[in-house]
Amino acid sequence: MSEGTARPRLPIVVAGHVDHGKSTVVGRLLADTGSLPQGKLEQIRSFCERNSKPFEYAFLLDALKDEQSQGITIDFARIFFKTALRDYLIFDAPGHIEFLKNMVSGASHASAALLVVDAREGVRENTRRHGTMLSMLGVRQIAVLINKMDLVDWKEDVFRGLCEESAAFLAEVRITPAVFIPISGLEGVNIAGTAAQGGASGPMPWYRGPTLIEALDRFAADRPAADLPFRMPVQEVYKFTKLGDHRRIIAGTIDSGSIRAGDELVFYPSGKTARVATLEGFPASPAEPLGAGRAVGFTLSEQIYVRRGELAAKRSETAPKAATRFRASVFWLGKAPLQRGREYVVKLGSARVKAQLESVQRVLDASTLKALEGREDIGRHEVAECVFTLRSPIACDRAEDNVLTGRFVIVDGYEIRGGGLVLEALQDPRSRIREKVILRNIKWQKGLIPREQRETRHGQRASLVVVTGADDELRKAAARSLEAELYEEGRYVYFLGIGSVLYGVDADIRGTAANHEEDIRRLAEVANILLDCGLIVVVTASELCQSDWDVIRTAVEPERTFAVWLGRPLTTDLRADLDLQPAGASEAVDQITAFLQAQGVLPRD
Amino acid sequence: MSAGAMDHLDELESRGIHVLREAYSCIPNLAMLWSIGKDSTVLLYLARKAFFGHVPFPLVHIDTAYKIPEMTAYRDRLALEWQLTMVVGRNDAALEAKKTFPDGTVDRLACCGLLKTQALKDTLSGKGPRSRLNHATGKYEPDPSREPFTGVIAGIRADEEGSRSKERTFSPRDQGNRWDLGDQPPEFWNQYKTDFAPGTHVRIHPLLEWREVDVWEYIDREKIPTVSLYYDQGQGRRYRSLGCHPCTMPVQSRARTPREIVEELRTGQFKDIAERSGRAQDKEDRGTLEELRRDGYM
Repeated sequence: MSEGTARPRLPIVVAGHVDHGKSTVVGRLLADTGSLPQGKLEQIRSFCERNSKPFEYAFLLDALKDEQSQGITIDFARIFFKTALRDYLIFDAPGHIEFLKNMVSGASHASAALLVVDAREGVRENTRRHGTMLSMLGVRQIAVLINKMDLVDWKEDVFRGLCEESAAFLAEVRITPAVFIPISGLEGVNIAGTAAQGGASGPMPWYRGPTLIEALDRFAADRPAADLPFRMPVQEVYKFTKLGDHRRIIAGTIDSGSIRAGDELVFYPSGKTARVATLEGFPASPAEPLGAGRAVGFTLSEQIYVRRGELAAKRSETAPKAATRFRASVFWLGKAPLQRGREYVVKLGSARVKAQLESVQRVLDASTLKALEGREDIGRHEVAECVFTLRSPIACDRAEDNVLTGRFVIVDGYEIRGGGLVLEALQDPRSRIREKVILRNIKWQKGLIPREQRETRHGQRASLVVVTGADDELRKAAARSLEAELYEEGRYVYFLGIGSVLYGVDADIRGTAANHEEDIRRLAEVANILLDCGLIVVVTASELCQSDWDVIRTAVEPERTFAVWLGRPLTTDLRADLDLQPAGASEAVDQITAFLQAQGVLPRD
Repeated sequence: MSAGAMDHLDELESRGIHVLREAYSCIPNLAMLWSIGKDSTVLLYLARKAFFGHVPFPLVHIDTAYKIPEMTAYRDRLALEWQLTMVVGRNDAALEAKKTFPDGTVDRLACCGLLKTQALKDTLSGKGPRSRLNHATGKYEPDPSREPFTGVIAGIRADEEGSRSKERTFSPRDQGNRWDLGDQPPEFWNQYKTDFAPGTHVRIHPLLEWREVDVWEYIDREKIPTVSLYYDQGQGRRYRSLGCHPCTMPVQSRARTPREIVEELRTGQFKDIAERSGRAQDKEDRGTLEELRRDGYM
């Protein structure tokens, strides 16, 4: 490292049961290494004197008034600290169960953990719970500190027994601790210097291992996932035209792999492809390639419609999964249980989709790791394996293959209430069609005129308008009048009756009820080609149901599809974008036109 | 992958940009607080990086009328040069009634409460007057928009003092602007709280994990323009933290450049002295800044 460059920093978390001495350990660590501001120690000592409390190092950290009055850490505090080797950012996590969500908040940012165990009490409820959470959150480097050795007369057999006990339960959550250290936070033994360490003259001559500081310095820094396939959740597509900038920049933070100009990208779940034209940056363009962890931006050589929520991958590398169902391992922090029949939001990468709990396979008590029998929902502070169904597809990897694109949070109402890891993507009724569509998009042959250019010429956004309903006369009349009226106004529009497809495109499968889904898929594929020409396509079909609509929206970009139900109230389960009871076809056309203007499909008057 | 290697400042920069972009995509009616100090100026520079030279939301400055004059001049110069949408809020009622310190009728903390906290709350909610910089004339005009800001980006850092060390990156405030420290939402991996009940708003803190020395190293590396008050002009003193002139004291220092400040923080006399030790409102009572912050202060 050259002179004057920033020093590396390792984030660590301190976890363990309440009163096992986490804050004392950290306070001692700071005091013994000269990391405290001048006068800070005296300030806390005099505070304790004024309030007739015995001085504790923990008070250093619990700098807030209400914490001192309660004597427990409410939230995690960030503490900066340094050794000769590097800087540390310590999250001091609370041990009280009420505050598990704060412990999780601290631990999820850590590269390594110190798990503090009271030598008199041994492994307790929250020691186990925190161990389980560290495993779920992906913290794999752990030092177990057997604290308060002074209170057990520095006995080796006590230490050995507790090492075995801790190792046994950590093995159940697939963690192998890097080291076990007997310490005394209160007396400062085995924390910083070697003077108070074991050795012949120390209180624990039988201990030959590292001090806490030495153990910290042995932890490896998290390495950016450079060796994994390229993954970048699209955070946004920027076009600051109003500010005089006509670049269309795809922005995001690279989760894994790397990117350079010329790379051929595929965006999932849509399957759209384009080449990287330029890497963008400010004030200057960045040097190539850009790797994992970087916040980046790039332009594409073709104009394709991508948006926030998609995941960029490279065509030459392993593809992520696109799914509306997955099996996951989750932890739940909400007061109300995670249950079926309730709508949640899953946020994974930059994607955000409505989700439901489909089934619960296994629920564990995080403090005992015992399976809870006969459970259909997941209670607060429990961990579980379960299946989620999503309203629309998202791109992800199995957490085992790439944890950065395989983990998600669950939002209930306005709050994040839980998190999880994708164990595997599952099939759903649309999987077959979705796979075809992704492949079709990857293989799509582009002409020289992009759709955007055609749309600009016609002053419209290419869209599919499906007019459906139980009143055949009305819907057919309205669909045809809509085409005629838009045509008169200079729009590029086409009426496509389902009959035009059934006897030609569908000739080989005609007449089998079992092929209904395939009929709809082919209709949607034809419409998709017409949309690529920049057309507004008006399709009419009788009494469309939601599953038909889902097929259409899988084959055609959902944001370019609109379902209009006309006439007698809904007779199917369709969630229509527009539900109208007009007096006649002409009123229907007016209402549909106004709606399409509001949606940005048609120009405003 | 040598070109992909990131140092510690690169990591802080990328994480800060990621947070700014999340805020811009998820929070309607976003604004960024710009105190003219070093931290919020780094934040402003990060925004220009995040949005490729643009700042696609207004910058809000709370003018206490007691700011050191050079700060205002610097603000307007950069606002014009960088094409910023600049909105200024001020508690005119308190200023007219002379509810100020030390030349008015209230004590230090009440003055802070009125000229900063109250002015900030009223400017954010649209209850108080806002003025907006007209780039054509270079003058401030009454801002016709009274729409409340629902997201406010601020440059606070965890290493400044105890209560800030417990902040979230996306930190909710209730209808009364209050911060419920005892019941903060979980925030893990790179997912943030981006869903809010009507009437509440969120503070966004992209620099939470930066330290004072990181800020100066970054200013030095990126050559970010900062007010000259931070540097010794030959009198052997400089400001380490900037605020209102009656309540902000310079420190003894001969550092004349960002590089010299970095050296000074690493090895010099300030190693053991709190950054905000020149800010008198922090000292009236232990935990004062925390109380100001629960009530809506940055």
